[in-house]
Amino acid sequence: MSAREAILGRIRAAVADLPDDPVEVPRAYLRGAPGITPGDREATVELFVTRVTEYGATVRRVPEADLPTAVAAALDERAARTAVVPDGLDPAWTAAWKGQVRRDVPALSTAQLDATDAVVSACAAAVADSGTIVLDAGPGQGRRALSLVPDVHVCVVREEQIGSALPEVIGRLDPRRPITWISGPSATADIEMIRVQGVHGPRRLTVLVTH
Amino acid sequence: MSKVFLDWPAFPTAAERATKDEQLRANVRRATHTIRAKRGALAAERPDWQDLRDSAAAVKDEVLRHLDTYLEQLETKVREAGGVVHWAQDAEEANRIVTGLVQETGETEIVKVKSMLTEEIGLDAALEQAGISARETDLAAAIVQLGDDLPSHVVVPALHRNRTEIRDIFRREMGRHGRPAPDDLGDDPEELAEAARLHMRDKFLRAKVAVSGANFMIAETGTLVIVESEGNGRMCLTLPETLISVVGIEKVLPTWRDLEIFLQLLARNATGERMAPYTSSWTGTTDGDGPRTFHLVLVDNGRTRALADPVGRQALRCIRCGACMNICPVYERTGGHAYGSVYPGPIGAILNPLLKGPDDTQTASLPYASTLCGACNEVCPVCIRFTDVLLKLRSDVAEGDAEVKHPAEKAALKAVAGVMRHNPLWNAAVKSAGRAGAVLPTDMNLPGPLHGWTDSRTIPEIPAQSFRTWWKRTEGGTR
Amino acid sequence: MRTALFVTCLNDTLFPRTGQAAVELLRRLGVEVEFPAAQSCCGQMHYNTGYRAETAKLARHFVEVFGDYDRIIVPSASCGGMPAEAYAIAAESVGDDGLLRDVRRIAPRVHELTSFLTDTLGVEEVGAYFPHRVTYHPTCHSLRASALGDRPYRLLRAVRGIDFVELPAQEECCGFGGTFSVKNGAVSGAMNGDKARHVRETGAHVLAAVDNSCLMNIGGRLAKDGHPVRTMHLVEILARTEKDGPLDGVPVTEGERVR
Repeated sequence: MSAREAILGRIRAAVADLPDDPVEVPRAYLRGAPGITPGDREATVELFVTRVTEYGATVRRVPEADLPTAVAAALDERAARTAVVPDGLDPAWTAAWKGQVRRDVPALSTAQLDATDAVVSACAAAVADSGTIVLDAGPGQGRRALSLVPDVHVCVVREEQIGSALPEVIGRLDPRRPITWISGPSATADIEMIRVQGVHGPRRLTVLVTH
Repeated sequence: MSKVFLDWPAFPTAAERATKDEQLRANVRRATHTIRAKRGALAAERPDWQDLRDSAAAVKDEVLRHLDTYLEQLETKVREAGGVVHWAQDAEEANRIVTGLVQETGETEIVKVKSMLTEEIGLDAALEQAGISARETDLAAAIVQLGDDLPSHVVVPALHRNRTEIRDIFRREMGRHGRPAPDDLGDDPEELAEAARLHMRDKFLRAKVAVSGANFMIAETGTLVIVESEGNGRMCLTLPETLISVVGIEKVLPTWRDLEIFLQLLARNATGERMAPYTSSWTGTTDGDGPRTFHLVLVDNGRTRALADPVGRQALRCIRCGACMNICPVYERTGGHAYGSVYPGPIGAILNPLLKGPDDTQTASLPYASTLCGACNEVCPVCIRFTDVLLKLRSDVAEGDAEVKHPAEKAALKAVAGVMRHNPLWNAAVKSAGRAGAVLPTDMNLPGPLHGWTDSRTIPEIPAQSFRTWWKRTEGGTR
Repeated sequence: MRTALFVTCLNDTLFPRTGQAAVELLRRLGVEVEFPAAQSCCGQMHYNTGYRAETAKLARHFVEVFGDYDRIIVPSASCGGMPAEAYAIAAESVGDDGLLRDVRRIAPRVHELTSFLTDTLGVEEVGAYFPHRVTYHPTCHSLRASALGDRPYRLLRAVRGIDFVELPAQEECCGFGGTFSVKNGAVSGAMNGDKARHVRETGAHVLAAVDNSCLMNIGGRLAKDGHPVRTMHLVEILARTEKDGPLDGVPVTEGERVR
């Protein structure tokens, strides 16, 4: 008998005492963030800004027309000289920046990415309650390595992409795509349970919320 | 050589040793109190916290009831998405499969994402025997590995170490495994994290093979999920060509949507964050993004044994948040090593006997490593009733199938119960206790196992007149 | 209506004053209790150590002794929780359906003393007078199994003359745990040491609780270390009135204070 058959057989024998009906799952938890009226866009955006800020990221609300200057400022204040941009990113966003923009076509090697200071990306969705941006490798986001290896990440979030809590957002995502949920910059609490910012992922995260 | 828990002393012996280590107790106390406060604040800010817990427990119960179906569905979906699925009945089989898969790639140094299951099965040691060096990349796991130490906590395996000890380990060991730590490395946590970043970076960029576990597997889609903080997980899941995920069979969730429950619970309860910095999910392989080869090794290693226990099976709901050990007053005084397993604290006290069977003295001592205070029940995100399971496992040891027995204790308790049910005998016993009380000094040291009491406590004075004597003499205080 | 006192074996032999105080207080509140002399032990030590067959025998004994009473009052949160928590499991484990039925019938009639006062009798001010500095340790069973919540605090705060001070880290276990205190004496001692330290920090002269087992543990540590803190079951405080005056040998507080 294969290990597979042996394990499945043992499982069936182990739960034979239980009724076969599916266990009923209550779902009384909130769909949105506590204290936010569903559909209140302004409150949702404000909560998102607060929560991302608490993680130690820089967050700015920027009108769409000002994005090019905001992106340039975000990169300059981190002293970035090179930035990678994923396929599908609006070229206008980096147009005002004087540094070197690298496209990932053909795909940059890991070493080339390691030698790149920053990444500018869009996102697939965002969650206000947990201060999370979600990347799904869609247009303007690129493969996962792009938003991982460079030390500075500038991410543009459109207001309408922000859901107030995770249950509002998860249904919009396609799990067959590789998905990364980012809640603040890389961090660790492995030394005495004290939170320290910045280990292996990007240590500097700037989120630009635009409308 | 990677260490594993082997021939470990029973809990009382190991715990007594730990209570005498002042440094250890101070370290564990500081860390657990820090995380308790953070967790408490974040659980309290959710008015629907109990609802989330109830949902999580029910989802896990459904998974366990129909685990065979969900695993078969998962297997199909992972295959459809380009992954290869393997099944392992025990640690030895799992280690053999993973070793073989790594050998096929020809690599001799691989990177690992922290995984309690690979610690449980002793994978690092098995790989080492095959000439493969597996480098831990999670900061705490790396501290343990560099220090030739053992994990003491499921979320923060190096919780028993303070910053100075960590600095010393980094200074001493990093150079032997790659980029050395700076000579003047201080003990500031930020400085230590920076040293780890530099030491590990080069390994990530070169690695061709990574081994991981997973926090969740979605049956509906074949998706795996890892929750982490540092980005080492993302490095391992993204940069290498081959990814091998070794996961316990109980980690399945039925649907993608179920994640909305668990992702809201896990980080709040584990590290006191609304969400951990990084949550990654992937389904099989994706062209042009991440590993080209993906293997999933599904491991039983005693889980079906635990599943067969009608009371104990709830332990398989566990999502390894560590809140039970953070809140546990016993763990706070002993640290994790006293439990002799990679699963310490309340979850270890129940999970180890359930996985292995309480048939050796070490494992059989674990259900007794608790005062039954019940603090763990209250913080568990999947509503495990630890005290119910501890009591069930104690009865397995005391009068069930377990091979470890305590004949003297059993005889004594049986005799006492016999007297208690027999009125004249019980009356006489209460009276003679009063007579003994008149001559026994309260500061005496009791012999045999009872010294555990008198080492730190006086024995109470035994009054000359029991309640029943008073009642009889005064007719219930009316005379 | 017949009301029985289940004094518990520990109180019977080691803490008879608790039983006496319960009788006195209940009488003052108009409740006459009977003391069925055949009573002995709830079986908690057996149950918590894993001996379910012996527990079932003691459960049977409990049912035989108390089966005819309408209310059974227990001055212990821990022993008082046994009929509702453990007896059914013990009966099931020996396959005794008759016992299972009987214990399910009797369990709702078993009342821990504190909640009997606040919930059944509906009183908080019980006419007590206790001019001493008191702190209170909520035992794990009173906190989690019996879920007494703020009931003991309400009763204590209503005591005339009391100087009540909250115990730091009060919700943490004292380390007793029945046979745990013997099987794992070192860890138990370490937990108890911290608990005793917190008690001393309050400057209280009296430590109260609703379980004498835990008080015996903490008091044993305080005594071993030479700290003269008196341990008393809550009911012993509630039973005292102006007529009794202050306790002998315990400092009297200046004025009533609740912190």
